[in-house]
Amino acid sequence: MTETLIDGLYREGEPIADTKAPDVPVPEMWTKRKFDAALVNPANRRKLDVIVVGTGLAGASAGATLGEAGYNVKSFCYQDSPRRAHSIAAQGGINAAKNYKDDGDSVYRLFYDTEKGGDYRSRETNTYRLAEVSAGIIDQCVAQGVPFAREYGGLLDNRSFGGVQVSRTFYARGQTGQQLLIGAYQALERQVAAGTVQMFSRHEMLELVVVDGRARGIIARDLVSGEIETHLADAVVLASGGYGNVFFLSTNAMGSNVTAAWRAHRKGAYFANPCYTQIHPTCIPQSGEHQSKLTLMSESLRNDGRIWVPKKAEDCDKDPRQIPQEDRDYYLERIYPAFGNLVPRDIASRQAKNMCDEGRGVGPEVDGVRRGVYLDFASAIERMGEDAVRAKYGNLFEMYEQITGENPYQVPMRIYPAVHYTMGGLWVDYDLESTIPGLFVAGEANFSDHGANRLGASALMQGLADGYFVLPNTIRDYLAKGPFDKLAEDHPDVQDARRAVAERVEKFLSINGTRSVDSYHKELGKIMWEKCGMERTDAGLREAIEEIRALRQDFWSNLRVLGTAEGLNQSLEKAGRVADFLELGELMCIDALHRRESCGGHFRAESQTEDGEALRHDDEFAYVAAWEWGGDGGTPVLHKEDLTFTAIELKQRSYK
Amino acid sequence: MKLALSIWRQDGPRAKGRMVRYDIDGVSEDSSFLEMLDMLNEQLISEGEEPVAFDSDCREGICGMCGVVVNGSAHGPERTTTCQLHMRSFKDGDEIVIEPWRADPFPVIKDLVVDRSAFDRIIQAGGYISVNTGAAPDAHSVPVPKENADRAFMAAECIGCGACVAACPNGSASLFMGAKITHLGELPQGQPERDSRVLAMTEQHDHEGFGGCTNLGECTRACPKGIPLNVISQMNGDFRRAGYGY
Repeated sequence: MTETLIDGLYREGEPIADTKAPDVPVPEMWTKRKFDAALVNPANRRKLDVIVVGTGLAGASAGATLGEAGYNVKSFCYQDSPRRAHSIAAQGGINAAKNYKDDGDSVYRLFYDTEKGGDYRSRETNTYRLAEVSAGIIDQCVAQGVPFAREYGGLLDNRSFGGVQVSRTFYARGQTGQQLLIGAYQALERQVAAGTVQMFSRHEMLELVVVDGRARGIIARDLVSGEIETHLADAVVLASGGYGNVFFLSTNAMGSNVTAAWRAHRKGAYFANPCYTQIHPTCIPQSGEHQSKLTLMSESLRNDGRIWVPKKAEDCDKDPRQIPQEDRDYYLERIYPAFGNLVPRDIASRQAKNMCDEGRGVGPEVDGVRRGVYLDFASAIERMGEDAVRAKYGNLFEMYEQITGENPYQVPMRIYPAVHYTMGGLWVDYDLESTIPGLFVAGEANFSDHGANRLGASALMQGLADGYFVLPNTIRDYLAKGPFDKLAEDHPDVQDARRAVAERVEKFLSINGTRSVDSYHKELGKIMWEKCGMERTDAGLREAIEEIRALRQDFWSNLRVLGTAEGLNQSLEKAGRVADFLELGELMCIDALHRRESCGGHFRAESQTEDGEALRHDDEFAYVAAWEWGGDGGTPVLHKEDLTFTAIELKQRSYK
Repeated sequence: MKLALSIWRQDGPRAKGRMVRYDIDGVSEDSSFLEMLDMLNEQLISEGEEPVAFDSDCREGICGMCGVVVNGSAHGPERTTTCQLHMRSFKDGDEIVIEPWRADPFPVIKDLVVDRSAFDRIIQAGGYISVNTGAAPDAHSVPVPKENADRAFMAAECIGCGACVAACPNGSASLFMGAKITHLGELPQGQPERDSRVLAMTEQHDHEGFGGCTNLGECTRACPKGIPLNVISQMNGDFRRAGYGY
């Protein structure tokens, strides 16, 4: 490990490498790994306990599949039912290399698109496997009764999604995530009925139990009774989702949080590429200080809508219909004549922010800035007719009108980017095992498949790939070494973990300060959005780190949480989540600062081409940044995993 | 806008509840109903009073976690989820009465939060198709006529919020159950367990203490996803077929 601090912020430790991917060509790896992974005798499975935290696509599918295999599963979610997990809100669809359209799709092409979409910052072995298992997901979901869209002949319909040239996306109107999650939820409930899965709803994991270097359980709080519970097991799976709520405003659910992953990080699990966040360009703008979350609208809207802002700042509060054509700046069409309004998500997002920062944004002023740009369907309505526009986008227009009170057939929509997905997460190897033996991480909570940016319709694919097919096949190699020695609840390490949770809960309730949890969360979100959002600079990130540290200090001395630890206390729940976001936010800024290149969703202002395009530096940064917790008051330690590419060639992208 | 709120406060599952009046000012008509409650809670915290507990998660009308009775209507005056209800549906000076879902099988946990785990147990009884991971044939091996697929999808849109139960004078969960039975019963994959499913689910429904359906239709009027009453007819048809063979 480096003796001196780098940038005054972190140290660099030994490189890290994945040791589980077999040494065969990439397309043969998964078959080989499944064969090499040890089997567990069916009679022994019922003696093995597995904890699964989270019941989204990854967690519910993993829980159901492990239950079907005969393991004892304990499944946890903070919501009142596993069916509520935020996978449910995904709209667009799920990719699979079925090639049902015979349009040249293949496992290799899906792999290629995913790797390229991630700007060559993901591990090709994991990405290839994702593409490889994708087709089986569709089969499984159809057999469960997931009502995908169908053609008149009764076969499944596909559409093209996210700028790719093949139609490989399966969908269920704009509710694909809901339908897939209900399928996984029903499979999970079937195992609850069968007695293989025990469900703990309204429970939140607050600590990981590590004994003799292995993950052996969790400490959870029953959110209804307030009781702190110990749950021990032979292995722990985290499928607890992403951390987009560090920005306060995001398209995530109100309760989405990083606590499970962050607690594991503090116990030794490395956190990889935390700065990689995806910002979605077509969300409904903030309407005021009261805003609690942002709502995404499918980016298919950009196929027919034209994006513009007024040329003159003084026109910004005018009725847009009164602004003549010559006074409008269709800035994407002007700057990117070849792709126009269809430039990739990160470019569309960044340019919208630039326009608003220049003072040419539209819509209500929040904190003195108008954050919105027009997405205008007037020319589409003129060209296709209102009925055709309604047939294509009717449900989105209704949703927009319900939220804003404005009719987009008459007045141009207003849109603004919002945080949507986090590609970073806990570091895992090919087996989805973290740096803590026995701790596995699936779905958005891990970092493994999307590199620096995620291709549309791939989040659902990854969640279900991990849960149905990957994890159940890799975890058996670990479980075959068990059952591990029975642990007593009064084992000192278990007691310590439990005591730490109780003390923290007590601490939140005893600060008795003046500020609410939400006020801290909002302030953190503003720092992150301004300085670690769509465009990052060296100076801005350094400022953000200072500001977060000061805010964190204030949080621990001036927080006000009313009520008690006995029974339901939603402020107390939020306090724990925000405390962890306040630590994660700093690590995100350090990661963003150290990565002096632009790649995918990470745009460093200092690293761009003359045309303002993102500029990667493959010679210096073709690695995964895996961060080790440096202790309270300590500094994080960077471990680099070099990315090697044997199945694909690195290319710099261009959209001009 | 300025509002007078009457909110059900109940400290815990066994505590006695009461209606409490709160005045709130400066509410934007662009804010959502739950954002208005967020604002009230910030006000209560600053005054040293415990905030009002209420459930919500996605806040985009799809997870089904939110739901309160607003002025006597489940999810309030519009046909949508509580999280998608906006304050422009109200007027300055309005009095708004806010209560939890009212039904025996949904006991109150605290304030506006209720326990809907009975719904999960109804699904456990048979609301699924039994297929283990890896056992599925190719997705195209069984074509599904588009009209069946579309009807299955329509029924599968149910978000499990419980508004149907809260709106029903009998406290029946027939719309919730009928939606699931229709979703799976429309599909060829759902046929082998069609009879056992309807029998097991209805037995669990009654066991949980939900009431019987008397075709009043309050459920479908309150349903934010517009699940139609005829899913209950379809369930009843399946029930007769399973129980009596016709």
